[in-house]
Amino acid sequence: MVRIIDRRFDSKKKSAVNRQRFVRRFKQQIRRAVSDAIDGRSIRDLDNGESISIPAKDLSEPHFQNGKGGIWEQVFPGNDQFSSGDQIKRPQGGGAGGGGGKASNEGQSEDDFVFQLSRDEFLDIFFDDLALPNLVRTQLARVTDFKSRRAGFTSSGVPANINIVRSMRGALGRRLALGSPFRARLRDLQDELEKAIEQYGEDSDEARLLRDEVGKLRARIEAIPFIDSFDLRYNNRVRVPLPTTQAVMFCVMDVSGSMDEEKKATAKRFFMLLYLFLNRTYEHIEVVFIRHHTIAKETDEDEFFHSRESGGTVVSSALELMRDIIRERYAGGQWNVYGAQASDGDNWDNDSPICRQILDEEILPWCQYFAYIEITPGEPQNLWREYEKLHADSNNFAMQRIESPADIYPVFRELFKKSLA
Amino acid sequence: MNRPLKKKAPLPAGSEWTFESIERYHTEIARVAQGYGLDTYPVQIEIITAEQMMDAYASVGMPVNYHHWSFGKQFLSTEKGYRRGQMGLAYEIVINSNPCIAYLMEENTLPMQGLVIAHAAYGHNSFFKGNYLFRTWTNADAIIDYLIFARNYIAQCEERHGVEEVELLLDSCHALMNLGVDRYKRPPKLSMAKEKLRQDEREEYLQTQVNDLWRTLPSHDLRKDSAPERRFPEEPEENLLYFIEKNAPLLEPWQREVVRIVRKIAQYFFPQRQTQVMNEGWATFWHYTLLNTLYDEGLLADSFMLEFLQSHTNVVFQPPYNVRWYNGINPYALGFAMWTDLRRICEHPTDEDRRWFPDIAGSDWHETFDFAMRNFKDESFVAQYLSPKVMRDFRMFAIYDDEKQENLKVSAIHDDAGFRHVREILSEHYNLGSREPNIQVWNVDLRGDRSLTLRHQRWQGRPLADSAQEVVKHIARLWGFNVRLESAKDDGTVELLHETRLEKRKARN
Repeated sequence: MVRIIDRRFDSKKKSAVNRQRFVRRFKQQIRRAVSDAIDGRSIRDLDNGESISIPAKDLSEPHFQNGKGGIWEQVFPGNDQFSSGDQIKRPQGGGAGGGGGKASNEGQSEDDFVFQLSRDEFLDIFFDDLALPNLVRTQLARVTDFKSRRAGFTSSGVPANINIVRSMRGALGRRLALGSPFRARLRDLQDELEKAIEQYGEDSDEARLLRDEVGKLRARIEAIPFIDSFDLRYNNRVRVPLPTTQAVMFCVMDVSGSMDEEKKATAKRFFMLLYLFLNRTYEHIEVVFIRHHTIAKETDEDEFFHSRESGGTVVSSALELMRDIIRERYAGGQWNVYGAQASDGDNWDNDSPICRQILDEEILPWCQYFAYIEITPGEPQNLWREYEKLHADSNNFAMQRIESPADIYPVFRELFKKSLA
Repeated sequence: MNRPLKKKAPLPAGSEWTFESIERYHTEIARVAQGYGLDTYPVQIEIITAEQMMDAYASVGMPVNYHHWSFGKQFLSTEKGYRRGQMGLAYEIVINSNPCIAYLMEENTLPMQGLVIAHAAYGHNSFFKGNYLFRTWTNADAIIDYLIFARNYIAQCEERHGVEEVELLLDSCHALMNLGVDRYKRPPKLSMAKEKLRQDEREEYLQTQVNDLWRTLPSHDLRKDSAPERRFPEEPEENLLYFIEKNAPLLEPWQREVVRIVRKIAQYFFPQRQTQVMNEGWATFWHYTLLNTLYDEGLLADSFMLEFLQSHTNVVFQPPYNVRWYNGINPYALGFAMWTDLRRICEHPTDEDRRWFPDIAGSDWHETFDFAMRNFKDESFVAQYLSPKVMRDFRMFAIYDDEKQENLKVSAIHDDAGFRHVREILSEHYNLGSREPNIQVWNVDLRGDRSLTLRHQRWQGRPLADSAQEVVKHIARLWGFNVRLESAKDDGTVELLHETRLEKRKARN
């Protein structure tokens, strides 16, 4: 007797552990590949998986094998031209003929090993040993609160949640739909019956037959249930997580004449990276975009990166706006505030000390972290020098200089490196 | 054999399978197989999904196995190939166990399922049960239990000693897997209960053994002058993993057990590596024969036969040497041709056959088949039964390739003068002994630095591939002291190929 076993519903992902082992084992190579990938792709893609390729030789499993050389004698099929004693030129590069067998003894192709990293794995590696410094939770830990919220109707649920109006409406519709063919027929029969009575009299056979049929149809209409379990509708409630850790991220960017498109692109990548990182740490994040030249303005994302206006530079205007927004919308200890400022450092001379003052006295105390990047290929500018004074004595302020887009990833890691406890 | 009294209803046609139809096919195939006298383990058919098939691929076809990154790598590359449609999955995997487990993939059509049942559950199954190599080296009753034991044991080790540590050890063992098999004696039977019972005992015993080995050192030193130098091992040892398990001085008990596990699993697969042509040919011959018999009985629809024949033809296709996708001799093609021809020799021998095979020409093919299946492996099977007709059909020719000569030479072709030579060379293809380099434990420097010397015996002037250096590093990790790899050339001179120096003791203690 044979046993037939259906294993299709057995535990899936049997190989998941082995896959993890593989990823762990080749973390170095994968990390390198991820880093290359980020350089090469648009920032908006960052949330997808990635195809990773690792040099095959890095993950070969060595065995003792015969190498090339020595004497080999082999049999091949499909002789089309040879007879015993023929001499053949040695084929080049282990192609067909005599070399073929040997090449297969070598066994290893040197192609890269390519595989698909899922989005989560990709980001995990990307953010690997990053953690925000001083990650103080304004509210306790990461216990998620839930709130029950109505979300339409479902066809299954507990009796207490039955929605009567909805259920009856469904039942009515069903009764109408199921009964209508009978009713149409009933009307016809009744007409016929009247005609029959007129023609043959009340007690004639024809009338009785028709009356019987009318009776049957009535019974069938009656038999349609008034309410069916199929009609029941229940109020649906879903539990939505109530973010207890929420953050607001301020993106402050200089759009004065000296910030060219390339610098803006660099700044943009920096903001995006920060956003992605916060996205993993906080359940709810709001982003405030502030662009400034001589005056600052809060904008939406698109305008922030793509609008064309420009002029001189007064950095303090942006910081003042940021301060006002914090006071107005994000005060009260409910929000973790993060700031990221990008500039080419070219500020109006007298303004830089003011910036430092605002930052020091009115922004940093409310901020979890404030990062400044100066995108400039040359010497540090005046804003940098002022900020350096700040940098010395605050532990939630960081600054970095970036020269080209290629520097972004290392700088980002530098900025958010795990702070040693 | 109970003959059906009236004509049976034909088996279900169409391509959709159901559990009932699979069972009906199985019943009929089993009946016909029994009629041919195939002796098999009980059959257990398991229906799996494509993903599960990939899982099975990844763990060398076994339903359970321990965890290791290399299986993950295997899985990823299979998955990639499959998802992109570069490769299809095999239709079947069959496990040499009792009961014999045959996997059927959900995606297969009904004719494919019928083909797989005939091929795996009756062809391979009877081969597993009958062939002497499988009877000698594998224990179908215990393998699944043993794999479960192995997985649990290794998982335990990972908990106790860390995943990393275990992984490095497994890497090293895997590198030696091909050199971890006994070729000539019967391994003790495995059973989970016994293994567990004896394991603690063995751990302790092994450890004392090893300690003893080294405890003799001082006394040796004392009578240095009088005693002749003791060789260790006294005879060269070809089973490297066995030698390491028993003798590596620094391994801890659990590490010895892991080495043993890898060795046992390598041993389990050893017969499969030596019987590919025979085994696949046998299974292919039987699916062909069984299904044709059913067709002759009128049980199979024409549409079934067309689909079956199409995939059968694909499987036994042998591309000639000069096409780009030529990848050696197809074991299915050669095996199928040889078994089919063997039957022909028995049933309709020609004069040539009578000259070549006086014993079997005209004999009862059932008996001849049974004898050949039980008592041969690829190497001897080809040497014994490859007939001139098969060589002619395949148009085989032998190429002699000496790196010292400028040209390759055609040493023999499929003609009367060449048959014997071609057959000899082809048989040599399947000789593991000449296909794989011959490396043995040569000496341990007991009195000196405890270094281990391996010797590679060169055969036909073939050098070792460069990967040897990496493997030597793995051996050094297991051995714990210096490891040297020497190569003895054909003329008797010995050269040092690789040496790994390490002083592991300090790092450990």
